[in-house]
Amino acid sequence: MTGNQALGLGLIAASTQSKLPLFLSAYPITPASDILHDLARHKNFGIRTFQAEDEIAAVGAALGASFGGALGVCTSSGPGIILKMETIGLAVALELPLLILDIQRAGPSTGMPTKPEQADLLAVMFGRNAESPVPVVAASTPGGCFEAAIEAARIALKYRTPVFLLSDAYLANGSEPWLLPDVAALPDISTEFAEQPNVDGGFMPYQRDPETLGRAWAIPGTAGLEHRIGGLEKEDVTGNVSYDPDNHDHMVRLRAQKVAGIAADIPELEVDDPDGASLLVLGWGGTYGPIQSAARRLRKDGKKVAHAHLTHLNPFPRNLGAVLGRYDKVLVPEMNLGQLLKLVRAEFLVDAVGYNRVRGLPFRSDELAEAIEAML
Amino acid sequence: MSENGGNGKLVQLTGKDFKSDQEVRWCPGCGDYAILAAVQSFMPELGIPRERIVFISGIGCAARFPYYMQTYGMHSIHGRAPAIATGLSTSRPDLSVWVVTGDGDALSIGGNHLIHALRRNVNVKILLFNNQIYGLTKGQYSPTSPLGTRNKSTPMGSLDWPFNPVSIALGAEASFVARSIDTDKKHLTEILRRASAHPGSAFVEIYQNCNVYNDGAFDAVKEQTENQIRLEHGQPIRFGAEGERGVRLRANGSCELVDAGDDLLVHDEHQEDGALAFALSRISHTPHGPTPIGIFRDIERPVYDELMAEQLETAKAERGEGDLAELLHAGDTWQVS
Repeated sequence: MTGNQALGLGLIAASTQSKLPLFLSAYPITPASDILHDLARHKNFGIRTFQAEDEIAAVGAALGASFGGALGVCTSSGPGIILKMETIGLAVALELPLLILDIQRAGPSTGMPTKPEQADLLAVMFGRNAESPVPVVAASTPGGCFEAAIEAARIALKYRTPVFLLSDAYLANGSEPWLLPDVAALPDISTEFAEQPNVDGGFMPYQRDPETLGRAWAIPGTAGLEHRIGGLEKEDVTGNVSYDPDNHDHMVRLRAQKVAGIAADIPELEVDDPDGASLLVLGWGGTYGPIQSAARRLRKDGKKVAHAHLTHLNPFPRNLGAVLGRYDKVLVPEMNLGQLLKLVRAEFLVDAVGYNRVRGLPFRSDELAEAIEAML
Repeated sequence: MSENGGNGKLVQLTGKDFKSDQEVRWCPGCGDYAILAAVQSFMPELGIPRERIVFISGIGCAARFPYYMQTYGMHSIHGRAPAIATGLSTSRPDLSVWVVTGDGDALSIGGNHLIHALRRNVNVKILLFNNQIYGLTKGQYSPTSPLGTRNKSTPMGSLDWPFNPVSIALGAEASFVARSIDTDKKHLTEILRRASAHPGSAFVEIYQNCNVYNDGAFDAVKEQTENQIRLEHGQPIRFGAEGERGVRLRANGSCELVDAGDDLLVHDEHQEDGALAFALSRISHTPHGPTPIGIFRDIERPVYDELMAEQLETAKAERGEGDLAELLHAGDTWQVS
């Protein structure tokens, strides 16, 4: 099972588990195109695939489909992702579900299209104008791409938000034996559309679920709930255009709070630490395999190493700060110049150290073992 | 159009029912008011319940349009409305999807999406309000402004050769292409009627006066009605105060304006290759003299949304409704014991 195949299956599962038709749009780009190819073969699942005229149209069409009540997804890689950012900002303002898959490759610019890198993290976190928070999920293994797709869709639908799902060229084309998931055990990620007026006999599109802060989502075709949404700032609750200073401040904070609140709804970070180590290796995404085998290799030599691996990068798991605080030393290996490192240092004021290589090649476990050992 | 009034009785809808509760905020005297009024009063005739109508816009003065319609609507981002409408229309064939755009939105920043939506023949009705200027950003030249337009960004005159929106749409293989005028409610309504009845993409250019930044840009056609070359299918193309002038086809395929005789070009909306429609669109590159209005082209071509839906049906007929467990267990599997 390759990562891209698992993503395709995961998207189909997200569609069946949400009971929403899948609309997948893409503009051909390496190393993401195989997901489009795969899904185009499964139209008997009611999947619509759309090869758009450009990256911007691809995300626009997916958002249009979401507006109509489909599970809107677009797939791309770094250079295409950047072109989509304005539309993703619109999705933040519209508060509509949308899935954006970034199969990362080496850059900047065209870079090395077939080679993996983890250097889009800060771009997907912050690469839009203004305060524009978007949840980020990252797959750790080729097979794990399946669960990651379902999880990203779950967050998007429940919280009415665009969600980034990060993979990379290594996971995309890397292959591993895969334990077939039990379909009956897959989570139900269905969501409810608004069907009735919700405030004083009228429909207020920005009336929120008090728990998730997700807004009421009425899809076209629902009689009596006709409403207009757009990229201009919304008045809370009514969704009317508003330039009111206090409302804007409130809405900026609300959108941030909604995304931050997802932390209560994702698993706590688990730490693999059989021996009570004082060094934690914190990774994310496609480096899971090499970090795990480096840790095993060191443990075999009697060294103590802990490993924790993030699949949720925005928001972080709610116990991440506590986990970091338990270790004297934290090493963050990344195939970039220290992007997660910046985030954890800024967020938790920990003196974490990076191990960074951007050679367009996955880490080798022996080089990681060496780097870890040097810190012990 | 009638809809259930909530007490089991059918209520006849009127134009008023399509007015939202939002205050209309265009400049006083803007041509957009007339277009809005024409669209609102036409809507009941569509015969489609309000909840199944969606207006999508990009950015610009025209783009505020959806806020004023008591239908579903999205005010999106600059130039992207045709792309968003494509996703909505193809995934929801039960909806009537309209795009409202302007000359900058559709032909400059969103040019790519416009031509591809038209090429695919997505079931979207596109109304392009052409005022030959950027109004919302306060008066820069647009892709339809005449060469030499002087304003804030071009004090010595613009250097850009302008687009002719009808020619662009025809070049993009649009299956329905028409032009109308903001203040000619009767003509505009007839064009809306035909556009909405057309299966697939319909492109309507509407000459719209921006009285603040480009007042009178279309007066040569709007005020001097003798300059309106009204296209009527199956009729020799005549114009002028008494119909004394007409359009004749030259040997090289272009149109010339002549005194009416018996050799005038007979308008054919359905001409398959669109060559005559294109020739007509070239009569006036900018609307400063005799200018055709009406339907240039109306042909039948496979509709993208329907083709996409058919593929889904075919796949289901051939392989049965998708089953996730079956799909996961397909391919190279083995048991570990």
